[in-house]
Amino acid sequence: MIAVGIEGSANKIGVGIIFHPEDGSTPQVLANVRHTYVTPPGEGFLPKDTARHHRAWVVKLVKQALQDARITVKDVDCICYTKGPGMGAPLQSCAIAARMLSLLWGKELVGVNHCVGHIEMGRAITGAQNPVVLYVSGGNTQVIAYSSQRYRIFGETLDIAVGNCLDRFARTLHISNDPAPGYNIEQLAKKGKRLMDLPYTVKGMDISMSGVLAAIDALAVQYGLNGEWNEKEESTGPALEAADGGKPTRADLCFSLQETVYSMLVEITERAMAHVGSKEVLIVGGVGCNERLQEMMGIMARDRGGTVHATDERYCIDNGIMIAQAGLMAYKTGFRTPLKDATCTQRFRTDEVLVKWRD
Amino acid sequence: MHTTHEYTPPPLPPPFHHHHQTTPANPPTLLTQGAEAHLYKTHYLSAAHPAALKIRPSKPYRHPILDRRLTRQRILQEARCLAKLVREGVSVPALYAVDWEGQTVTDADTGAERYGGAWLLMEWVEGDVVRVVVREWEGYMLRHFGDDRDVDGHVERKREEDRMKDFLRRIGGAVGKLHAAGVIHGDLTTSNLILRGTNLGVKKEGEGDAVDEGRDGLGHVGLEGEVVLIDFGLAGQSVQDEDRAVDLYVLERAFGSTHPRTEGFFAEVLEGYRASYRGSVSVLKRLEEVRMRGRKKSMLG
Repeated sequence: MIAVGIEGSANKIGVGIIFHPEDGSTPQVLANVRHTYVTPPGEGFLPKDTARHHRAWVVKLVKQALQDARITVKDVDCICYTKGPGMGAPLQSCAIAARMLSLLWGKELVGVNHCVGHIEMGRAITGAQNPVVLYVSGGNTQVIAYSSQRYRIFGETLDIAVGNCLDRFARTLHISNDPAPGYNIEQLAKKGKRLMDLPYTVKGMDISMSGVLAAIDALAVQYGLNGEWNEKEESTGPALEAADGGKPTRADLCFSLQETVYSMLVEITERAMAHVGSKEVLIVGGVGCNERLQEMMGIMARDRGGTVHATDERYCIDNGIMIAQAGLMAYKTGFRTPLKDATCTQRFRTDEVLVKWRD
Repeated sequence: MHTTHEYTPPPLPPPFHHHHQTTPANPPTLLTQGAEAHLYKTHYLSAAHPAALKIRPSKPYRHPILDRRLTRQRILQEARCLAKLVREGVSVPALYAVDWEGQTVTDADTGAERYGGAWLLMEWVEGDVVRVVVREWEGYMLRHFGDDRDVDGHVERKREEDRMKDFLRRIGGAVGKLHAAGVIHGDLTTSNLILRGTNLGVKKEGEGDAVDEGRDGLGHVGLEGEVVLIDFGLAGQSVQDEDRAVDLYVLERAFGSTHPRTEGFFAEVLEGYRASYRGSVSVLKRLEEVRMRGRKKSMLG
């Protein structure tokens, strides 16, 4: 069976095509194309502009995906699209595209929960059987474990997502959004040495990020590191290791922010592992590409005698193939989204989905 | 990325690392590796007096400065809370000794120095954690009553459910006493509550056959006894409604995700809580607000 997946819940629009062989062997990725809406440094992406970007790209990407997959429309079994959660306007533009294709091609629709898409793709790629899942992205931060046909949320952020915290700090520092603010923070953090004292907020298996963001933003302002970079600073690079109490650099702030928030994430993941007695961790979502986070998680898992599974940017960052994968799994259990219900929603919790395809 | 390693826990910090010189008979035995700490069973003063040793080992994934800061902060906080709660008569393990700095240990073989980790020595509480008790009870209910609702089983089923409800109310009561004493647990889960005196003999890895001492001839799961709160690693002192409500919310969520079949009875925990101290009513009201805060909730209901 072949499914087309369309994802556009945030600033990326992705189209993927997945093939599940009839004999039940490993699913094959036939196509996975994506385009990102990149805004200038210091600016985030607004829903209406992002939706316009998605509308402009969706047809091009669908054509490209069909071409990459070397299939024709009649090979397709169903069209999967992101029902939510995400930003309203971008979600709508993709739902419209999906409905249009459904009518045009005469194929059935499958509305997919974005978070479940990440989890199913992560499982498919890494082969992790029943892991504790850390789902970290610009809009979501959740620790999830599967139990009786639901992906249950054990811990989550009480305010903003970790990716949002990083993105917003990147805006404060006017760090480039290309290819992604988080990626650029990671590169800058590699040059950082000093650990600044930041709030560390873990409440049971939940965390809070807004205090950390406020504190690091305040430090940036205090040391005059916010706003645009001046030429001199960029040419000389980050200052040599400052004496204790000296002025921190932008790199130091990025380093401190990463060390603090990733420690919080690893801590709640470890707590969930201990609680459910699992030895496997799967990291999904855009922030999951971060190598420092993967490294820290790896050390934690090793010390528990466990393993960590992570994927690269093709599958970590929002993509269409994950929507196709999760959608096709649901489709095979008989799940359909009738045209009249093929809407989208900004609020759609991971644990609302009945996971019929697992035992 | 995919890695597998054989794991051996780090050596014990001083003075426990040279136990073989003083008490050759029973060295501390590792019971569980929690998320934050390793729990050992050892003894205090005499070999006949069992004690729980909680070690917070260094977390190598964290930056060393952050690691020391958090370890020190948390072990001290835990010790202060335990000491206070024992004074106030709340059922928690008594505190015997604490080392919050964590000493640097020199490896005998390599000569390398490492941070040994802070530790805490407490009273040994005999009993099963509530997570096991509820799971066993759920298993018992499923075996005896299944999903059928026939009249014969009805009376007995109701009696069992009433026992569970009473147990849950006592849990709520224990949390209430804790809050009344001005302490917030910070990580209330059913793994952090012990039902004193039970021994369901759940088979653990590496142990022999299970002994069913906690059950009577009919296989009932014992639900009687004192509910003891343990693991104050994330505890703090507060009398704010907000903090108390968040504490209950953490428990509610953990309960729902760990015991989906018994989730419907959680209201009993809150009922027990309500009756336990003055001021509980405003906390429960606050809890309703806290519940609304989870992200991406459907706004329909």
